[in-house]
This record gives sequence, structure tokens and C-alpha cells, in this order.
Amino acid sequence: MSVSDLATPAPVAGTPPAIGAGRRTSLGSYLALLPFLGFLLVFLIVPTVTVIVGAFRGEDGGFTLGNVRALTSDAALNALWKSILLSGSTAVIGAVLGAVLSYLILSLGPRSLLRRATLSVCGVLAQFGGVTLAFAFISLLAINGVLTQALDSWIGLDIYGSGWLFGLNGLIVVYIYFQIPLMVIVFTPALEGLRPQWREAAVNLGASSSQYWRQVGFPLLTPAFLGSMLLLFANAFAAYATAAVLVSQGNPITPLFIRSALTSEILLGQANLGFALALQMIIVVAIVMALYALLLRRTARWMR
Amino acid sequence: MRKTRIPALLAAAATVLTLAACAPPEDKGNDTKTESGTPAGEATSLADFGDLDTLVKAAQDEGELNVIALPPDWANYEEIINTFSDKYDIEVNSDQPTAASQEEITAAEDLKGTNRAPDVFDLGQSVALANTDLFAPYKVETFDDIPAEFKDPDGTWVNDYGGYMSIGYDSAKVPDVTSLEDLLGPEFKGKVALNGNPTEAGAAFSGVMMAAISNGGSADDIAPGVDFFGDLKKAGNFLPVDPDSATIESGQTPVVIDWDYLGAAAAANVDTWKTVVPEGAVVAGYYYQAINADAPHPAAARLWQEFLYSDEGQNLWLKGGARPVRGDAMAEAGTIDADLWGALPEVAGDAVIPTNEQTEKAGTYLADNWSKVIS
Repeated sequence: MSVSDLATPAPVAGTPPAIGAGRRTSLGSYLALLPFLGFLLVFLIVPTVTVIVGAFRGEDGGFTLGNVRALTSDAALNALWKSILLSGSTAVIGAVLGAVLSYLILSLGPRSLLRRATLSVCGVLAQFGGVTLAFAFISLLAINGVLTQALDSWIGLDIYGSGWLFGLNGLIVVYIYFQIPLMVIVFTPALEGLRPQWREAAVNLGASSSQYWRQVGFPLLTPAFLGSMLLLFANAFAAYATAAVLVSQGNPITPLFIRSALTSEILLGQANLGFALALQMIIVVAIVMALYALLLRRTARWMR
Repeated sequence: MRKTRIPALLAAAATVLTLAACAPPEDKGNDTKTESGTPAGEATSLADFGDLDTLVKAAQDEGELNVIALPPDWANYEEIINTFSDKYDIEVNSDQPTAASQEEITAAEDLKGTNRAPDVFDLGQSVALANTDLFAPYKVETFDDIPAEFKDPDGTWVNDYGGYMSIGYDSAKVPDVTSLEDLLGPEFKGKVALNGNPTEAGAAFSGVMMAAISNGGSADDIAPGVDFFGDLKKAGNFLPVDPDSATIESGQTPVVIDWDYLGAAAAANVDTWKTVVPEGAVVAGYYYQAINADAPHPAAARLWQEFLYSDEGQNLWLKGGARPVRGDAMAEAGTIDADLWGALPEVAGDAVIPTNEQTEKAGTYLADNWSKVIS
């Protein structure tokens, strides 16, 4: 059996002829999609199924609910709560600051060099997570950090404290660094979608600037704003590398708890607990992404 | 539109499966024969090969040795690997130098049957004792020198080197330390690091055990140790950074609770670094050496063991500040490097070596309580 036999789309009864005519190209487009679908299969579907199956397996390979029950332990619940706290707070802070920044650079006008530069920088910084970012903060704020040393010698201020950078507070500060640029990238198109005509119409009807924002601007932007915030939440919730470099103690967030379950040489046989924790994360992210899709659909109505 | 998704997915699956089928055939590798005709993978002592020269030749025919999780700055492993490689002209592939013990076992299972699987293991106690069915029993020439409590009678595993839990500190940055209680003082604000997370890493676990014994606990009761670190955290002195020779050299971790031989390695680059084993809280720990039963280079794996347990190999560990398992026997025979042996940190009082059951029990307590006091 050749690949093309498999990929031939089955005819669909009652398809209107106009769409049917376009279908001739669909074989070609599916062929072009094959590598992507293969990628999805290997890196998304297979791992997801493995995680779900593993979450309900015991160490002996039999079916068990023990792993899922273990998710209610103090340590696991604490990790989940801290994870949500971290993702939630950085999503809110990132969304608010990012939205303000978006507004400021858009008001510069479309030809502004600063605007284009800021957008490009945001594109880079939104992806600047992971090990490099953690080390950047360590060399700035840790005990030997440039800023720590400078403030200490100038005005005797101790910003290092007891190593707050290496705990949850540190993670919040570091995560915001990539959350704000991400917000700018996803929220700017929505802001740009606000047509000048709407404002003109409002002004013609006698609205003041604050009235326009209160009754037109903000209501229009709310779904896009909330949607972007959810995206930021999911982004922070799944981040691992940055936290792995900064935090080595106490597993405050779920991704680090999974690491502990997989690599511990003190508590053995916890690999399946790791799967259960991963399943828990998948569920949280799935809920968030479903809400995101809903909000996006609402936004799309206005942005056409 | 919906119906076409399934064929497309099937086509994708077919592509992936075809690619997978094209993967190279598995390399068994276990085919080196000894003098007597038994496969090298089943040899349990040098006698099965004939003599050392035959073993060397068999190992050279294999040409390579896969080791895993051996950090260059840990117990002098960099020099040990280079010496072995130069002496026998065998290429040593050092995989994942910073991996944990459990990751060594996972790698062995994942890579089983390929020529990339690890040939030998260097493991922490609980991981080693939980996986003895993966090990090939082998008695090195010097097997009888090794004290009975440090080896499996069949040679399935043998302790390789050990040390004492210690407090290392940069005397240029903090006052002198003599006991754990000193670390609660205000001079140590944000400066005391533990090597790893005690629910994961053996060294950190032993650090908490040391704190427990120093505070009225015992190998059976680790709770006072967890409370001590809770107090350290409350005092603002606990630094949650994973220390290594780089953080020590750069001054990020001025005080480190770790094995004394790792402190010795740090001292090589920091002149003001001192290492003390606190009086009355002496915790000893040995690592476990074993051969992978599915070693792709079984003869090289056995030669590696012979090398490690030879006088030369043991002295190389000693050079890294670790206490080689044959140390006492070699001291008696006069084959140990006396200067290095005499330079090991002084230890006052009997050493505690937790049993596997005690480690398990303490591990469970840590899993429930460590996060509460530390984060």
C-alpha cells in the first residue's frame, strides 16, 4: 500500500460543488502536511498517551489508582498550588504591563523606529527563557551579582537578602522577564484591530475620551486581554528549564517535583508518580487552552 | 473535512513506522570470548580469562568502554578515566557526567542491547541495592582485601570509595566553623548550601543525616536534621543553590555541606577553602561499583574494575580526597600514598553508616516534610 492510497480523502456526500472543486488541491496539501503530522504523532500524541497510560500503572506494570491518589499528598498539592500561584501572578503582572507597553508603542505611530525596534526585541525576549535567562539573573542579582555588589558598595543596600532569587519570589521576577514581551506580541494585533472609525463615531456622538474607552475600547479588548493572559498562564505553567537552574531545593513547582520523582536516588520507584503529575499538568493546560480558544472566537468577531 | 483526518494520520503513522523500521540493527556486542571459551560477559574473575594480559587483549579488541555519571571533579574521576584510557589504549565514552544514580539505571534499561549502554555503574546505596539483578557478579584480583561489609560475597557489587559528611567553607568569607550550630549565626546569612535536594541526592541526604545526629537524632530518626535545616532557613542562612566546583570557585556558595572528598576537590582552586568533619556527628557513606550484566563491552568493563581496585586505581581515588575501600589493607601493606592518606580530614568519634532500611525510612520522612520546611 502506498502512502498516497492512504491519504486520498474519502468523498463526502452532499458537499456543495463549490467546495468540492477546491478539494482537488487537498491531496497535495495533505502530503505537504505529512512531516508535520508525523512530528505531532511522535512528539505530542505518543508522549501524551504514554503519560496517560503510565499514570494508571503501578511499578509492577498492573493497573492502579495509587499514583493519582498520591497527587493529593501535601507535597504534591503544595507544588501544584505554588505552580498556579507562580503562573497566575506572572500572567497577571505580565498581561497588565505588556498591555500598557503595547499601547505606548502603538501610539508612536506605524512608522516609528522605536516601535519596530521594540516589537523585534519583544519577539526575541519572549523566547529568551531557559538556562541563559537564569544565568543572566544569577550574574545580576545573586551574591556575586553585578547589581548586588554595586548597590552594596555604593549605598550599602543588601538586595541579595537570604537568596530570595533561588525560591518562588525569584521565579516570579525571572518569569515576568519573558511574560511581558510575549504579551506584547500576542496583544498588539488586538490593539491594532481597534479601528479609528469607531473612535470617530463615538466622538461624533459626543463621547469623551474616557467614555470611549469605558464603553467601547475596553469591552472590545477584554476577550483578547483575558485570552492573552491565559496564554501567558500556560506558558509559565509549563516552563521548566529556568526553574530547574534556579531552584534545587524543596521542589516548589510541579515540573520540579516531576524531576524529583524521576531522578531520586533516595526514594525509588516513583516514575509512575511522575506520569501522574504530568497528567495533572496536561489537564490544567488543557482547561486553560480550551478557555483560550473560546475567548479567541469571541475576539475574532470584532477583529475581522 | 473531518473524515479525511484519519487517512492523513494513518499516512503519517506509516511514514514514521517505515522510518523506525530502517533504524540500524541492534548491536549485541556480548560476543567477546575468554580463553576458556565462556563469553566475557559471564566471566566472574580474572581466572576465567587466563591472566591479566589476556583480559587486556580482549578489552583492547572491544576498543571502547562506556561509563556514565562520572563528574570529572568528583573523586578525581577525570584523571582516573584518562589514566585508564592511556594505559590500555581504550577509548572511554563518558556519558551524562552529572546524571544521578537512578538515571544510570534508566539509561541502562533504555539503551539495553545497543553498543551505547553503560558498561559499568557508580551508584548510591539504595539505587544499587534495588537493582542487583542488573549487575554481573565479578571478583577483582584484590577482592579479598576488601572488608566483608563493603562487598557482596559474590562480587555482584563492591563499595568503591567513601568519605565523611563535612562542612566546607571559604575562611576568607566566613568565620571558622567547628559545628553545625555555628551555621545558625548571623555571619552566615544566605551562605549555607547543601549539595543537592535530600529527597533526590545521596550527598544531601547524608547532610541532613549529619544534622540529625548532631541534634540528638540518629540513623533511625532524621527528624531533628530536617528541623535543623528549617531553623537554618528561618534564620535566613539557607542558600538553595546546588553547589559545585564552579559555584565554590566563583564565591556563590561560601559554605557547602557535602562529602569531604568533594570539599578537597574544591580546595584545589580556592586556597582559603577549609573542610571540617563536625565532632560527634560523623556520617560515612560509600558508593557502589558494579558491572552492567548487559555490558556492550564486557571485557573492557572487567578490566576497568581490575584497574579501579588495583593499587594504582585506589591511589587515584585517594588523590581526589576520597577514601578508597582497600585503604586500610593498602596502608598495612605499605602500598598506599602515605602523604595523601595522612592528609585526609581528621575524624573524632564513631562513624554512622545508615543501612538501606534506615535510608528508606528516612527518605519517606523527607518526602513528606522536606518541602514544608524549605520552600
